[in-house]
Amino acid sequence: MSTDRTLIRGARPLGGDAADVLLRGGVIAEVRAGLDAEGATVVDADGLVLLPGLVDLHTHLREPGREDAETVETGTRAAALGGFTAVHAMANTDPVADTAGVVEQVWRLGQSAGHCDVRPVGAVTIGLAGQQLAELGAMADSAAAVRVFSDDGRCVSDAVLMRRALEYVKAFDGVVAQHAQEPRLTEGAQMNEGELSGRLGLRGWPAVAEEAIIARDCLLTAHVGSRLHVCHVSTAGSVEIIRWAKSKGWNVTAEVTPHHLLLTDDLAATYDPLYKVNPPLRTHADVEAVRAGLADGTIDVVATDHAPHPHEDKDCEWAAAAFGMLGLETALSVVQHTMVDAGLLTWADVADRMSRTPARIGRVSEHGRPIAAGEPANLVLYDPSASRVVEPGESASLSRNNPYTGLELPGRVVHTFLRGTPTVHEGKPA
Amino acid sequence: MKRHLLSAADLSRDDAELVLRTAEELRSLADRPIKKLPALRGRTVVNLFFEDSTRTRISFEAAAKRLSADVINFAAKGSSLSKGESLKDTALTLEAMGADAIVVRHAASGAPHRLATAGWTGSSVINAGDGTHEHPTQALLDAFTMWRHLGALDGRRVAIVGDVLHSRVARSNALLLRTLGAEVTLVAPPTLLPVGVDGWNVETSYDVDSVLPKADVVMMLRVQGERMNASYFPTVREYSRRYGLDARRMAQLQDHTIVMHPGPMVRGMEITADVADSSRSVIVEQVTNGVAVRMAVLYLLLGGSEPAGTTERDAA
Amino acid sequence: MPTQPAPPDATAPPDRRIPAPQGRTVLDPRDISRALTRISHEILERNKGATDLVLLGIPTGGVPLARRVAERISAVEGVEVPVGSLDVTMYRDDLRMRPARALLPTDIPPDGIDDKVVVLVDDVLYSGRTIRAALDAMNDVGRPRTVRLAVLVDRGHRDLPIRADFVGKNLPTSLAETVVVRLQEIDGADGVTIAADTISGGTTAGTDTVTDHPGEGR
Ligand SMILES: [Zn+2]
Repeated sequence: MSTDRTLIRGARPLGGDAADVLLRGGVIAEVRAGLDAEGATVVDADGLVLLPGLVDLHTHLREPGREDAETVETGTRAAALGGFTAVHAMANTDPVADTAGVVEQVWRLGQSAGHCDVRPVGAVTIGLAGQQLAELGAMADSAAAVRVFSDDGRCVSDAVLMRRALEYVKAFDGVVAQHAQEPRLTEGAQMNEGELSGRLGLRGWPAVAEEAIIARDCLLTAHVGSRLHVCHVSTAGSVEIIRWAKSKGWNVTAEVTPHHLLLTDDLAATYDPLYKVNPPLRTHADVEAVRAGLADGTIDVVATDHAPHPHEDKDCEWAAAAFGMLGLETALSVVQHTMVDAGLLTWADVADRMSRTPARIGRVSEHGRPIAAGEPANLVLYDPSASRVVEPGESASLSRNNPYTGLELPGRVVHTFLRGTPTVHEGKPA
Repeated sequence: MKRHLLSAADLSRDDAELVLRTAEELRSLADRPIKKLPALRGRTVVNLFFEDSTRTRISFEAAAKRLSADVINFAAKGSSLSKGESLKDTALTLEAMGADAIVVRHAASGAPHRLATAGWTGSSVINAGDGTHEHPTQALLDAFTMWRHLGALDGRRVAIVGDVLHSRVARSNALLLRTLGAEVTLVAPPTLLPVGVDGWNVETSYDVDSVLPKADVVMMLRVQGERMNASYFPTVREYSRRYGLDARRMAQLQDHTIVMHPGPMVRGMEITADVADSSRSVIVEQVTNGVAVRMAVLYLLLGGSEPAGTTERDAA
Repeated sequence: MPTQPAPPDATAPPDRRIPAPQGRTVLDPRDISRALTRISHEILERNKGATDLVLLGIPTGGVPLARRVAERISAVEGVEVPVGSLDVTMYRDDLRMRPARALLPTDIPPDGIDDKVVVLVDDVLYSGRTIRAALDAMNDVGRPRTVRLAVLVDRGHRDLPIRADFVGKNLPTSLAETVVVRLQEIDGADGVTIAADTISGGTTAGTDTVTDHPGEGR
């Protein structure tokens, strides 16, 4: 597409009434019905929902270090195919993203790939070791302008260290994204602790191990007046604690993953490590609770926790397998299925939970903006009437650990635009 | 019967009784001059042991050999959890060798399940103990031993005492004994009962003395002293005082009540030497019965074109 | 050691009962009784008495027949004749052609069969494959001096060079027919019937190489 101008014809912004949207020079030039093409490239979007480009707060791109599982190039291509225009690359790479050098490298790799913006997450502690703060300020001041800090994969379990991190990031408006997992309560843990874990002989990962850390961190955040983001909330108890913290007016935000919105722990009975993830899949009651929490705003955002793993790390016995599942390319479909089709969220709400609020939490200024003249043209066109049976081989990811394999999911990302340039066209990488 | 024996839950009541009846026929073989039957001639049984268990391996080996199967012992110790892919690689190797059945012992719960369902091999898979999950042939030999002593198990009371949390024997026994109509009571300190045990359709108790007088069978589970270090109980002494089976507790038992132990025993911990060696103890007999039961399982799974009791529909 | 009550009886699986006979009756209860009496006398005559005799019935049908023959011999000779049963399931040449079959009782008399005169007893002699299997099975139990074969009915159509020493009744049949032996101890009544083979599968169909019924060959 050589032209600088694109006319999106007949799309429904945020699922509302159809309108035409003209993109010019990387921004939205005009939004109204009956726009004239005037030589612009026309995208027929009749019946498609137009959303601001999605923003993921929690993506594992695996580069540097595990380029056999994913690279910035392949991971961001998968992100674009899922409707994302910005992703936060988690810090648990090898080397760990705990210095300005590493975060800038990841940021540049994202720039040169060009499929979506990559916002590196900085590690809270050096080497994720939970001993000593990483140079958070240097990462914040770097070209990558890091604002989200997390030891994700590990919990910052030391209360003093967590307190200091929360305090320290106030200097540059950062946020600490906590992977809430009390380590002693989850030694060797393999799946949700409950009747099933007892029966399967798999070490349990009790809900209390998540909830205890969340409660502590909410209190710490209130105490030091900082900003806490809770990663991948998975239990009903966690939702309740966060609801309580918010009712106090504390600056706490939370995310839920698509898989925790849909899948339950009984899948572990297959012993297929495809369903092994951290935190683990929980019960039906937990799924109901996180859906309700997302609907009423207790849980602010959906974040994928896209966690690619090479085949051999999943093609083995459960205990030996890696934790994690893919999520970028299926996230919007799962949210449609579990929330929109269930009447719990409107498309405007989806734009809030998957674009506006994650961008706000991550301080990503160019994303999550309204669909209005003058705003950056980061957009996704989505067909909610489509459906597909998930076929892992069709993924742009290097990995195939897709937990929805064989499931029929609704919807299809048709076009994605990053600053007016298509990154996905007719469902294929542009 | 199903093609694989992964869990005691794979056995219907008919299946379980067929195994017991078959074992009863095969047990008489021990008294014959030639302790060998031709049923599995030309079949290959692989003992794939990722974890040391000489007793179980020898028992399966004797069972397979008495049925004239070719036996390959494959010890892959130490490679199990450090590098998970070895299970798959091993399975592919065994598949190439044409194994008809793989008897697998593994430290990871569910490893036999993976072996049977991941598409790595077409062999029948028999779980010889996986992690803290199950040990179905141990449950079968325990049930067989009870059945020989007590007859039908309907309404019989079985007390299983000890580290239920980490015991694959307890899990398989609870399932199989319920299938066979027995009443099961799991007795342990609360720390050693699994979360959600109330969903197992068994009774539980923290008080061994209230359970023993009513029991027809008392099965003592091994308790590893190291559990103390993880605070499951304060000291070995306190454990054996509260849950160990000693002569004083044995005196509470009914006359016909038998005492079992899946072995290996920690004498002085969960059971005292005088109890283990008493006339109530059927611990040695359990070993003999183990061979007969494993012969029965191997025969019923591999002896025909399909496992025993397979209807056309099941086979399809 | 605690005493061992006998485990539940495995000799009569619940599905063993054969429904009321269809077809033509060829032996009624009195015919069967007379045939067994004659066989008993022939055995004694051939063996010159009951010395060293051991009767092994082939389950299921052969076992009660062996017991009845033993009773008759005892009545005549005034001595107990050891009776046992010999399961041939694992020795069948068609073992791998069908799902694994339940085993039937093997019960060898305490004095064994070494140097004895073993009379194998079965209800119907047909292809001869069951008897071949029985000879193999016996080989793993001991070494008799002599082995003889007694059958209630010989219906012909042998696949192997095997013949019976003592026959209750020679019954010429066509391959399309089925012989059904019912015995008091198992089926509640005695009788031998012959019928056109209209039932496919089931307990009465086909030859003894394809029936899956334990007391096949009927
Ligand atoms: Zn995490």
